[in-house]
Amino acid sequence: MSTLEIKDLHVSIETEQGAKEILKGVSLTIDSGETHAIMGPNGSGKSTLASTVAGHPRYEVTSGSITLDGEDVLAMEVDERAQAGLFLAMQYPVEVPGVTMTNFLRTAKTALDGEAPKLRTWTKEVKEAMAQLKIDADFANRNVNEGFSGGEKKRVEILQLELFKPKFAVLDETDSGLDIDALRVVSEGVNRAHSENNMGTMLITHYTRILNYIKPDYVHVFVDGQIAEQGGPELADELEANGYDRFLAAVGA
Amino acid sequence: MTNTPAEQAEKVAGVEVGERRISIPGMSEEGENLAAQTNTAADHSHGGVGESKEITAGIGSRAKRHIGFDVEGFPEPNGREEEWRFTPLKKLAPVITDAATEGEPVSYEVTAPENVTVSSLGQDAAPRNTVLHPADRAAVVGSKNTAEALHLKVPADAEVTEPIRVDITGAESGKRANSHIVLEAESHAKAVFVLEHRGSAAFNGNVEVKVADGADIKVISLQRWNDDAIHVGQHDAEVGRDAKYKHVAVTLGGEVVRLNANFRYAAEGGEAEMYGLYFADSGQHLEHRTFVDHNAPRNASNVLYKGALQGESARTVWVGDVLIRKAAEGTDSYEKNQNLVLTDGARADSVPNLEIETGVIEGAGHASSTGRFDENHLFYLMARGIPEKEARQLVVRGFLNEIIQKIGVDSIEESLQEDLENELEIAGY
Repeated sequence: MSTLEIKDLHVSIETEQGAKEILKGVSLTIDSGETHAIMGPNGSGKSTLASTVAGHPRYEVTSGSITLDGEDVLAMEVDERAQAGLFLAMQYPVEVPGVTMTNFLRTAKTALDGEAPKLRTWTKEVKEAMAQLKIDADFANRNVNEGFSGGEKKRVEILQLELFKPKFAVLDETDSGLDIDALRVVSEGVNRAHSENNMGTMLITHYTRILNYIKPDYVHVFVDGQIAEQGGPELADELEANGYDRFLAAVGA
Repeated sequence: MTNTPAEQAEKVAGVEVGERRISIPGMSEEGENLAAQTNTAADHSHGGVGESKEITAGIGSRAKRHIGFDVEGFPEPNGREEEWRFTPLKKLAPVITDAATEGEPVSYEVTAPENVTVSSLGQDAAPRNTVLHPADRAAVVGSKNTAEALHLKVPADAEVTEPIRVDITGAESGKRANSHIVLEAESHAKAVFVLEHRGSAAFNGNVEVKVADGADIKVISLQRWNDDAIHVGQHDAEVGRDAKYKHVAVTLGGEVVRLNANFRYAAEGGEAEMYGLYFADSGQHLEHRTFVDHNAPRNASNVLYKGALQGESARTVWVGDVLIRKAAEGTDSYEKNQNLVLTDGARADSVPNLEIETGVIEGAGHASSTGRFDENHLFYLMARGIPEKEARQLVVRGFLNEIIQKIGVDSIEESLQEDLENELEIAGY
């Protein structure tokens, strides 16, 4: 079993007005097989948490720690974090011109495993995973995310999640911009990765919709860079009924 | 009428710029749609990474540029003219003087199937000089000093599957060669022409391409000169009704190369594209100018030029003119230039000029960017476990490969990729 532990995390970004603190002391522990939903209004710092775990250079950790089975994640380069078993499904996956999906997937798998995958079984695995996510086979020959619709990009993120088999996945608003069919297909992919690899999941979302498909064990409400409240799945039901007003009012006061 | 050079991202090394969160300085920037807002005042870009901007206003309309066959109409340039101000004129002297070819400094080898007619055309023999109208001093002296043009014609309805090749090989550095090639595709013909330049020469080569109604023509011009070659050329095309035209210029060799690639339309329904790839090392000046003349309604155009630069004195220039004339209602047009600066000291100039004389168009976008790596590309690849060095290699190759992919001839694509590998080795990629 693995544990991803975030302790009293403070994160700032550089703005034109100087450094701005976005995360103001976040603590969260996720064990293998657990699904934690991080919910909160726009601008509360949810995506900052996701990008910080993955190591995006824009975010500066001013204090606190992130460890994976005791190893200091913050000391790792971006690629080392992925190699250690962390995966970030991005909210806005970038297009990488001139690099085909096939080339990209094989290169990444090789880097993650430390050896090239066996060509025949790998090709078959990719094909099957694409079919399950209803991604057209032709996408393998296209450049990474180039000309993909928003929904297609999200499916390709989950394709990677299934192929790379991380210990922990951070899903950064994977549900945003998906229609109901795509949401179901993507959720099934996440659930497969969860049950097959005992993956731990940090599911970041603004809406409760995706929680109909991916059942969280814990729900954390994020407000103004901190966890304002946590509980079981019933907390999501309350948010569904009442929205974030209760929490925002508390901050305002 | 407006004259609006593009807005430009000049920040360096992964700084997100503006509200659109341009991910990489100068790499994934989308051009604005100018159909609705025709008076954007903006500046264009000069210089390498981190250099300051220079603002130039009041460039004359492309419609008013002098064209013609009279050498006297084109005074010897002094370097202050808009169309010459980026060019090292001293080095170009061997090709812009009014001079004849010296002996046979360049050989021409034509490879074409039997149904392609190979002949020559004198000064007054149409279709010579019906498509290409010299637009600068270099083109007019080249035109004047080439008595016989090489003429390749693909007959109507013929589909030529193998590329039709002209291998142009220079034998001696500094030796003046004038050249004129006329590529003609009759109606509904389909073919790929490859012009491959190698060796050493002072080469002045004009190319005109007549694309008849419904034809589908690609012209691939490869500049794989030795590093002491000088090359100027004007490549003009006229695109017929419902015809397709694609021009791809790849410039890797040569000390100074200055190519003008242009097209206009003969009717409606045409789709024309120009792609370019250049890779400048120290001591190279590689200049590409494109002019899309939307002179007729309901045509589409797309221009994408990409460049990489490495080494102290590597120098590139791209100037892209698009003119949407009053008559050209329903035009859909886009142009973009991206430069990737791999080392300090290199300098790329990038100037998109868009003139719109009618508001009744589908679209007219332009974009330009010059910078280092897109940090967000790197982050994406590294977040998938790919180490930084390998991720950089993927991004650079991907950047360059986007143009190679447009060629569509496997053997050429592979051989160019080999050349690019050799170029990249110099900068340690």
